Amino acid sequence: MAGRKKMKKSTRSNLMTFGFVIAFWALIEIVRMTGHMTAKIGGLLIPVCAYVVMAISLNLVVGFLGELSLGHAAFMSAGAFAGIYFYTTAGAALPQWLAVLIAFLIGGAAAGIFGVLVGIPVLRLSGDYLAIVTLASGEILKNVLGAMYIGSDSRGLHFSLKDQFSLGMEPDGKMLLKGAMGIMGIKKFSVFTVGIVLILITLIFVTNLMNSRAGRAITAIRDDEIAARATGINLTKYKLMAFVSAAVFAGFAGVLYALNYSSLVADKFDYNLSINVLVMVVLGGMGNVLGGIIAAIILTVLPEMLRGFSQYRMFIYSIVLIVMMLFNQAPAFVSWRKRFMMRFRKKAPVSGKEGI
Amino acid sequence: MALLEVTNLGISFGGLQAVAAFDLTVETGRLYGLIGPNGAGKTTAFNMLTGMYRPSEGNIRLDGVDITGKSPEYISKAGIARTFQNIRLFDEMMVLDNVKVGMHNRMEYSMWAGLLRTRSYRETEHDMNRKALKLLKVFGMEDKAELSASALPYGQQRKLEICRALASDPKLLLLDEPAAGMNPNETQELMETVRKVRDDFGIAILLIEHDMKFVMGICEEITVLEYGRIIARGSGETISNDPRVIAAYLGGDDD
Amino acid sequence: MQFLSYLARGISLGSVYALIALGYTMVYGIAKMLNFAHGDVIMVGGYVVFFTFCKGGIHPVLAIIIAMGACTLLGITIERVAYRPLRGASSLSVLITAIGVSYFLQNGAMLLWKSDPKSFTSVVKLKPLVLFGGQLQISAESIVTILVSVVIMIVLIWFVQYTKPGHAMQAVSEDRGAAQLMGINVNGIISMTFAIGSALAAVAGALLLSSYPTLIPTTGAMPGIKAFVAAVFGGIGSIPGAFLGGILLGIIENLSKAYISTQLSDAVVFLVLIVVLLVKPTGLLGRKTTVKV
Repeated sequence: MAGRKKMKKSTRSNLMTFGFVIAFWALIEIVRMTGHMTAKIGGLLIPVCAYVVMAISLNLVVGFLGELSLGHAAFMSAGAFAGIYFYTTAGAALPQWLAVLIAFLIGGAAAGIFGVLVGIPVLRLSGDYLAIVTLASGEILKNVLGAMYIGSDSRGLHFSLKDQFSLGMEPDGKMLLKGAMGIMGIKKFSVFTVGIVLILITLIFVTNLMNSRAGRAITAIRDDEIAARATGINLTKYKLMAFVSAAVFAGFAGVLYALNYSSLVADKFDYNLSINVLVMVVLGGMGNVLGGIIAAIILTVLPEMLRGFSQYRMFIYSIVLIVMMLFNQAPAFVSWRKRFMMRFRKKAPVSGKEGI
Repeated sequence: MALLEVTNLGISFGGLQAVAAFDLTVETGRLYGLIGPNGAGKTTAFNMLTGMYRPSEGNIRLDGVDITGKSPEYISKAGIARTFQNIRLFDEMMVLDNVKVGMHNRMEYSMWAGLLRTRSYRETEHDMNRKALKLLKVFGMEDKAELSASALPYGQQRKLEICRALASDPKLLLLDEPAAGMNPNETQELMETVRKVRDDFGIAILLIEHDMKFVMGICEEITVLEYGRIIARGSGETISNDPRVIAAYLGGDDD
Repeated sequence: MQFLSYLARGISLGSVYALIALGYTMVYGIAKMLNFAHGDVIMVGGYVVFFTFCKGGIHPVLAIIIAMGACTLLGITIERVAYRPLRGASSLSVLITAIGVSYFLQNGAMLLWKSDPKSFTSVVKLKPLVLFGGQLQISAESIVTILVSVVIMIVLIWFVQYTKPGHAMQAVSEDRGAAQLMGINVNGIISMTFAIGSALAAVAGALLLSSYPTLIPTTGAMPGIKAFVAAVFGGIGSIPGAFLGGILLGIIENLSKAYISTQLSDAVVFLVLIVVLLVKPTGLLGRKTTVKV
């Protein structure tokens, strides 16, 4: 009995999340069809989708596994570079839809592999030490990609970590990756619906995983690692599972994001981006997928809306961030809010049972 | 062959011998007690039996299989489950899910089955829910299934921990101070539950407890530890008349 | 000879990291939080010295003292307004708030002082040390930086080990609840820790900018992260650890700049950090903590 009721409860919140995403899609499509779409909003659609996928996937690590990651942008970067590298080289000969599809798969795989590499320390460290390792991994990848030169000419591929000239290319050569300038001349592919489909796939993955045996194991580890071990849960397996799946989806987000622009630079995926995604997850409520999605949309759109006051924009953002954290998390505020809500509830004609 | 055979088990931390020459034989279907003053090494012994600590010497056999120094995961699969002195529940998870985590290695389906919601996922989950509710019913908590574990009152949290341990179908259940913090009524009720669990599930139970009435009331064999060594063993009556035990309790710090 | 000169520069840079890392590590030890805004306090200290000394022309020591005062005030205010209300909340929310404070300081500085780079004049007006008949030249800034940070570390260790407030700090770090019961003013101790850390950041800012004289609102961000890495590297919470971590980080960074690649020096620093943490999960001098079952 209770088991069936429980299914309903979790399904209901999942349905709400899916419904929200689809409503968001429909709203944007209606705006577009009625000709109200501005270039500014249009340009934001793909980044919003990419950030939503980033926030959902980071929630796996931060919200459900309970480990702090300060390097989620690195997986996005790994995915973007691997996917776009394929897209601009071998993929150029394929039909665009196929090239995009393969780029996504390659991007996800590359991010996953990078996730395994970073994941190994995850198994040995926790808390702030783990946070610093994720931060460090992100900085390493950013620096290495920013210093990498790849070119191709009649003699084949050339690779260098120093500069363009040490590639020793023939005059007919073409630069594929140009250090800090990154990959240029990407044939843009920005289809909002593809972004929404990616969000839905991510959602299905995360909600199904979390409502299964593996997901329970992951949350059990978060709540009490020692009890989880004593209950026979393999920490290595489930920590890696959460970490690597989050990385794979960040990789997808990276490909989606990069396809929206004509050039791709490593510096874009820095520590600040990781922090922004983390802020989305925390503001949305850790482990709350829908909250994370809403926060991702607001926090991507808000700074753009504030561009009018460009110099005050980030200043206002920082104040909003601090105030929201204090309001949502400070014990004094939280209990004050609860008291306030209680008083409100008491006045409303609801039966006493609701008051918990 | 006995269910559990522990011989000469010992562990030291930085030169300090916490437990030494610990022997124990456990038979299926019986209730054992482990008592002793604070700091005598009771929980340390539990931690070695469950793989939380790696013993410095000695041997642990479960059903004839050597499990000495194996990981907690391995030992849990092999059939030893435990509760903790300071309750360790999965606080943010529902009561029902806490119990289902206990079945982690007993009712399985692959990650992909879960992701794709295959038939094996649906059937296994269905069975898990049924079994979990049945277990909760033993402790009279089936109506609490949907609460989060942290919302339970203290006594029920202790029961839920036992419930979760039982969900892993153990051969041997280790209870670390199950009656701690309970009032006499609750303790009495718990005693009956523990006895019922032993009878219904047909398993062996080894428990640490400070409440002498509790231990004497249900344990068939009691082992007394002091300073990491066994100083007496026997029935409740034997133990309570043993001069060394009396000295240990009167001289030591008893609560 | 070339090597020694790189090494000296590395130690000097490392000393700056060490000063910042000391602030990080003390705050972590006492308040159990990562104060991500710490790096930006350096930047504020830098601007104060810039306006009083570089522009205002007052004596550099006086300028640094004013900066220390300003940063102390800033540190205490940040703690009071943004962090104290969150005591008892999850460490992640404190971290995010600290990030918010960091953005606040950077963008506030941008509004107040604009984003154009200010060129800083060195607070050290001494001649460089010339050794081996001119083959090795060590800048006076390097020498002063190293000396100042060594002295500060020794004073800090003395303070923590041998003074009453120092003992109170240790008690709060060990067990906040017990310290409170013993009558220690925990809030006061935490404020004091922020004050000390921020004052050190001001000194670090002046010294950093004397060697690397470009001042912009994000000047503190990267040294802040590096110092955080240094603190973790040495074992966060440990004062000698932060010092050692800072020095080593500076040396590794400068040597890899010289011998491997300028662009990859940060990557090398972070790679070394990961390797160290894999071998010693609590850093070089960090205490091993065991979880009680």
